[in-house]
Amino acid sequence: MSLDADFTELDEGGERVVRFSGRLTIARLGDVPQRLDTLEFHPAQADVSAVDRVDTVGAWILHKLTRDYGAEIVGASDRAQRLIRQVTIADDPAKSRHDDEGLFRRTLERVGESTLEALSSLKGLLAFFGGLLIATGRVIRHPSRLRINSVVQRFETVGISALGIIGLMSFLIGIVIAQQGAVQLRQFGAEVFTINLVGRITTRELGVLMTAIMVAGRSGSAFAAQIGSMKLAEEIDAMRTIGVPPMEALILPRVLATTLLMPLLGFYSTVLMIAGGGLLCWIGLGIPPETFILRLREVVPMTDLWVGLIKAPVFGMIIGLAGCYQGMQVHGNNEEVGLRTTAAVVQAIFLVIVLDAFFAVFFSSIGWG
Amino acid sequence: MNDDPIISVRGLRNSFGEHVVHENLDIDVQQGEILGVVGGSGTGKSVLLRSIIGLQEPDEGEISIFGEQIDCATAEENLDLRRRWGVLFQNGALFSTLTVAENVQVPLREFYKNIDEDLLCEIATFKIVMSGLKAEDAPKYPSELSGGMRKRAALARSLALDPRLLFLDEPTAGLDPIGAAAFDNLILELKEALGLTIFLITHDLDTLHTICDRVAVLADKKVIASGTIEELLALDHPWIQEYFNGPRGRAALAAKG
Repeated sequence: MSLDADFTELDEGGERVVRFSGRLTIARLGDVPQRLDTLEFHPAQADVSAVDRVDTVGAWILHKLTRDYGAEIVGASDRAQRLIRQVTIADDPAKSRHDDEGLFRRTLERVGESTLEALSSLKGLLAFFGGLLIATGRVIRHPSRLRINSVVQRFETVGISALGIIGLMSFLIGIVIAQQGAVQLRQFGAEVFTINLVGRITTRELGVLMTAIMVAGRSGSAFAAQIGSMKLAEEIDAMRTIGVPPMEALILPRVLATTLLMPLLGFYSTVLMIAGGGLLCWIGLGIPPETFILRLREVVPMTDLWVGLIKAPVFGMIIGLAGCYQGMQVHGNNEEVGLRTTAAVVQAIFLVIVLDAFFAVFFSSIGWG
Repeated sequence: MNDDPIISVRGLRNSFGEHVVHENLDIDVQQGEILGVVGGSGTGKSVLLRSIIGLQEPDEGEISIFGEQIDCATAEENLDLRRRWGVLFQNGALFSTLTVAENVQVPLREFYKNIDEDLLCEIATFKIVMSGLKAEDAPKYPSELSGGMRKRAALARSLALDPRLLFLDEPTAGLDPIGAAAFDNLILELKEALGLTIFLITHDLDTLHTICDRVAVLADKKVIASGTIEELLALDHPWIQEYFNGPRGRAALAAKG
């Protein structure tokens, strides 16, 4: 006899009977459930005397025959009867799955949801900024509340450990800008303007912008993940209960670190970009370093450096804020930590670039072009 | 049915670096019984569980389950073994990104790929209800459930494949007394109905008194005694006496009447 579940339909004295054979277990069910669903008649009896073994899934199928067709189950072993009783008790007609809605409605719903979410996220960020300002005010009035150890530790992770990667990236970008610029400018015999290009674009824009992107990816994401996991482990609630405001203990040191270190890192990055560009000018275009530096001092006005350095702390603050804000929004499960970390980086870079555009317009209009 | 133990552990040795957790440990679990494992904190109850279910490779010793030695089993045989037992971890260990129903369906989908979606949904729902939740809890995420409900959802998942053997790691820890008593009853009911054999780690004296057929005491790196509570009480071991005859132990005994 085969172990696979099977059934035959019989007609016994005018009564329809389904007779099962084999094992009514999940491993051996095969297509029995589908075939039972498409029965043409309503069986009055289900004969399971030939069934070798029943598990809860088999019991469920028998229970459905009784429930849907009123079939009587005969020949069940003690164990099978117990199982059928158990699943009968467990049959709860409430729906366990949501109905699917139409594609159009779903799309519309999703667009609406994400719009609302984007707006509320921006509003939340603003409120968070307000909270941070209040905390800052408190710390300014009582300077002893500044957690100086925590701030110094953040300085190290945000600044000093980032020097290597930011330096390397900046140096390479300097080389690329100089090389690409030289190729284009050579067509007009104006290779010497490569120095203008490298000098001005790095001090005004790229030094700070690329650093901001790097810091957002390195530190902003780390903030979101750290604070998010602390939130999940209820550490933040514990801090509040003890009377340590998370704004002061966790967020202020982090935002302070990114705000203060961005100008330094941005300046460092600018210098290395110029060094990279200078190296290419020397090797590729034959401009010796002394000439490069002299020329640089002629063509790059001091205001260019100010433009870069004024933007840097603002970008730093946005990166720190976005990271901490998204971290504080984590609730529920671990997946949320990942989502919020991504959101922190995306939000930070997006806001940095939007603000950069505003700064560009502003500085040209005050004549720092 | 035969008299061979479902789980048999012989000469187990586990260590973490210098720290030896188990040395020459023997334990048997018989067909159809609920065996409670007790021991002080740090005596390696969870390590024992992890060794039996193959999450921790022992230094030495033989472990056989359903008469098959697990360290000699091929990958395929191991998979087949896994299908025949369910594990309820201490904190539930539900997959946090899946709903309760999807959590219960995970083992079903993994082992039986061709079950149709409607039946799968029905199976998940009745297993959830069987574990003492309501059908409307099925589409919820674990983070929306209370601690007790999460345990029940995890129990539903461990019962998904109709196991013959169930491992429970501190099932009533963190539940209120009413919830814990209800959970004990649920385990007993399911054991009767589904014919389970249960290996249970617990600190809960009430659980030991109400549902365990036998209790094994873990101390000094091995199982120092096993038997019914009455048998254990007759022994003259200071830890066992203190454990069962301490104020809480006596209260639990009195409650049982």
